[in-house]
Amino acid sequence: MEKSKKSTGAEFADFLKNNLKSYMMYIALVIIMVFFQIWTGGGNFMKGSFFKASNISNLFNQAAYVAVLAIGMTLILILKHIDLSVGYVAGLSGAVAAILMQRYGMNQWLAILIVLLMGLAIGLYQGTVITRVGVPAFVMTLAGMFIFRGLLSLSLAKTGTIVISQKGFLALCQGFIPDIPNETGLHLVTMIIGVIAVVLVIISQIKNRRSKQKYEFEVISTPIFVTGLVLASAVILLVFYVLADYKGIPWSAVIVAVILAIYTFMLNKTKLGRYIYGIGGNDQAAELSGVDVKKVTLFAFCSMSFLAAVSGILYASRLSSATPTAGNAFEMDAIASSYIGGTAVSGGVGKVTNAIIGTFVIMSLTNGMNLKSVDISYQYIVKGIIFILAVAFDVRTRKK
Amino acid sequence: MDNNYILEMKNITKEFPGVKALDNVNFKVRRGEIHCLVGENGAGKSTLMKVLSGVWKYGTYTGDIVYEGEVQKFHNIADSEARGIAIIYQELALFPELPIYENIYFGHEIMKGKQIDWNETIVQSKKMLDKVRLHVDPSIPTKRLNTGNQQLVEIAKALSKNCKLIIFDEPTSSLNEDDSQNLLKLMRELKESGITCIMISHKLREVTAIADTITVLRDGSTICSLDAKQDDISEANIIRNMVGRTIDDVYPKRAEKKIGDVMFEIKHLTVEDPNTGREILHDVNLNVRRGEIVGLQGLMGAGRTECALSIFGNPYNYKIKSGEVVLDGQSHFFKSPHDAIKHGLAYVTEDRKGNGLVLIQDIRYNITLANLDALVQGVVIDENKEIVVANRYKDEINIKAPSIEQKTVNLSGGNQQKVQIAKWLFVAPKVLILDEPTRGIDVGAKYEIYSLMNKMVQEGMSIIMISSELPEVLGMSDRLYVMSEGHITGELDGAEATEEKVMKMAINSN
Repeated sequence: MEKSKKSTGAEFADFLKNNLKSYMMYIALVIIMVFFQIWTGGGNFMKGSFFKASNISNLFNQAAYVAVLAIGMTLILILKHIDLSVGYVAGLSGAVAAILMQRYGMNQWLAILIVLLMGLAIGLYQGTVITRVGVPAFVMTLAGMFIFRGLLSLSLAKTGTIVISQKGFLALCQGFIPDIPNETGLHLVTMIIGVIAVVLVIISQIKNRRSKQKYEFEVISTPIFVTGLVLASAVILLVFYVLADYKGIPWSAVIVAVILAIYTFMLNKTKLGRYIYGIGGNDQAAELSGVDVKKVTLFAFCSMSFLAAVSGILYASRLSSATPTAGNAFEMDAIASSYIGGTAVSGGVGKVTNAIIGTFVIMSLTNGMNLKSVDISYQYIVKGIIFILAVAFDVRTRKK
Repeated sequence: MDNNYILEMKNITKEFPGVKALDNVNFKVRRGEIHCLVGENGAGKSTLMKVLSGVWKYGTYTGDIVYEGEVQKFHNIADSEARGIAIIYQELALFPELPIYENIYFGHEIMKGKQIDWNETIVQSKKMLDKVRLHVDPSIPTKRLNTGNQQLVEIAKALSKNCKLIIFDEPTSSLNEDDSQNLLKLMRELKESGITCIMISHKLREVTAIADTITVLRDGSTICSLDAKQDDISEANIIRNMVGRTIDDVYPKRAEKKIGDVMFEIKHLTVEDPNTGREILHDVNLNVRRGEIVGLQGLMGAGRTECALSIFGNPYNYKIKSGEVVLDGQSHFFKSPHDAIKHGLAYVTEDRKGNGLVLIQDIRYNITLANLDALVQGVVIDENKEIVVANRYKDEINIKAPSIEQKTVNLSGGNQQKVQIAKWLFVAPKVLILDEPTRGIDVGAKYEIYSLMNKMVQEGMSIIMISSELPEVLGMSDRLYVMSEGHITGELDGAEATEEKVMKMAINSN
């Protein structure tokens, strides 16, 4: 392969131009965050409350249940399906967990396991009807919306809202990872994890680059590679520092990070991931290439409902209770997150990491407007407009 | 201007990028006759009719359309319909869920003031249906009619617009014998009532039975116009005119032929279309040996693709009534494409954009999609190994693209086809079915694909090549089968096959 010799500056400009689309979302997120920081500070960036450590922790806890849904929804949307039932599946999951723990005194971890299995079962049921009977996913999950909403209010009919008191359960979306005693005033474990994360990123990037060089593939030039690494390391360290300055890493962030890592790996590195993109791009071609389209689709719906159960647990944990209104409109935030994160409306394209960025766009708007006590009606309208802009941008740039 | 002619198309030339689809075609139709237009696939028949009906609008072709004594400048189908020209396509353009009367008057509704007069519509529809001798209640959903009767609804629709010239594009290709006879009878009646008909058809038996004039097109040019009363309109003469072309030396020769034992065999395959109940394959038997290229020739709709798909795991759920597949000495019935691939059968689709490639993905992705197992370590796909594989095929079979990261949607037809073939080469099947492997690609790429086929059989693979292009089948096949209307109508040795022989078998039914 012939390597063209370009100046670093020109290469950098090319790199930016070619990757602008992939970074647009990050840029938009930063703009939104900075905007709220300035607004909450009354025009003064330094006085704003958005970037306060407590608010950032809060943002993680606030975003976790949507982020989990957005990950599952991205798979569904890549496959050109949709799942409208996730909100009430989440609501029902929280209610069932609360009932098992509070009414029947079940061990909290066993209750969580049972709820997760219930989520899987719901996915199996919906996915089977969709793939084997041929009921369109839109209809099937719209019906699911009715059914699980009914089951949710039925399950809480006698008691109304159930307050949850189990410490471990509540820690999931309120607590922070433990620390070792120290006198720095910082959360030491968080800082250590931050440093480890940076080291891991650097090692994996270098390893990746080496292996590409070994096979004589084209790689970006050293100055750009180093600049990128330094920038990424700085951002990671900054986030961890802000968290360490408060109470450390929230458990919710750990849960989302683990799920995100698993799904990113699955989509990028395994056959299953390839097949999901293939089916979304051209299901007939995938079928004729030996892909079991129905099985893969069934998997996606199982994964979706399972994650909805996770989401319901996180939401109940955050509110310390199960309520009959839990789950209302979760699917809207999840679908919007995924589309804002660049999942193609026509299917076949999408990344779970970007869906998480989409979630943070949506939840930063919610968080920031809450800080300024913006009326909920306006919040919906603003979110809707941002949603249109994001997808319009995506559609326009995709055409090129 | 000779008033005997309702239509004269003069010196029509229509070019697509890189191809002259019509080259100075002259086509004259007398008032009130049945005029048949025949020619091989790709001869330009459909293009000519699209020019006439305004699909290719005025200005995109050169030459004149003189209709009813005036030069016409049609910009769309509505323009030509307004002048009384209707075209009835192979694939019917009806709304299956709507009642028959709505279909007949769709687009030219009968109005009472600002409202549609449904009662009058039903009364008028009944009259139109009587004209085509279809005695059904016009209020039933159109989908309840069989294909033949739906075609009659199309004709009724044309009549309701007072059409003077009706073009039938392969009207009997999807009809059974009774419905076909019925349709031909109706065409004669239309002729009696003064309506001019143009029929495009491959079925020469029907053509010679019904035509007043037959025009033969070949490679975008008019070859001859035969008058049924004066000229020789025997099938033999028509075929000679259709194919009379010398085969250029565009087919690479194999160094030596190493043809072995029977590798793959289809026995007594009978298949029904689950939607219409029509038999699409009837008792098909064929085999291919190791290192052999077997051609499967036939006209469009003969059932070749259906045959391939039925044995390749039947992904479209045809109703297989009987049949057996023997691959490498073992009897199989493949439940899914996955199953078929696993046992060494591969199928390169005729529709690379529709069901061949994942167009939004790159070359690398498409090449490895069918054989990721070869790249997986544990559960992880070894991407570096994948890149090496993709680059190897890119170089080996000369896929012209800046890199393997190129999205396949941006490739030319020939390169897309090569990606498809690379995908299946990577699977390394025992038997490869190529469906129309050179459709829509340029001569250079064709040659490369032929060379590739030779190389594959040299290495011991067996190839079944489905193709509508006669010269290609004759040039490449060691042996060939001819199909017509779901039947194998002949088997010929490659050396003794001639275009006339094959065409005769392809056109003869039963």
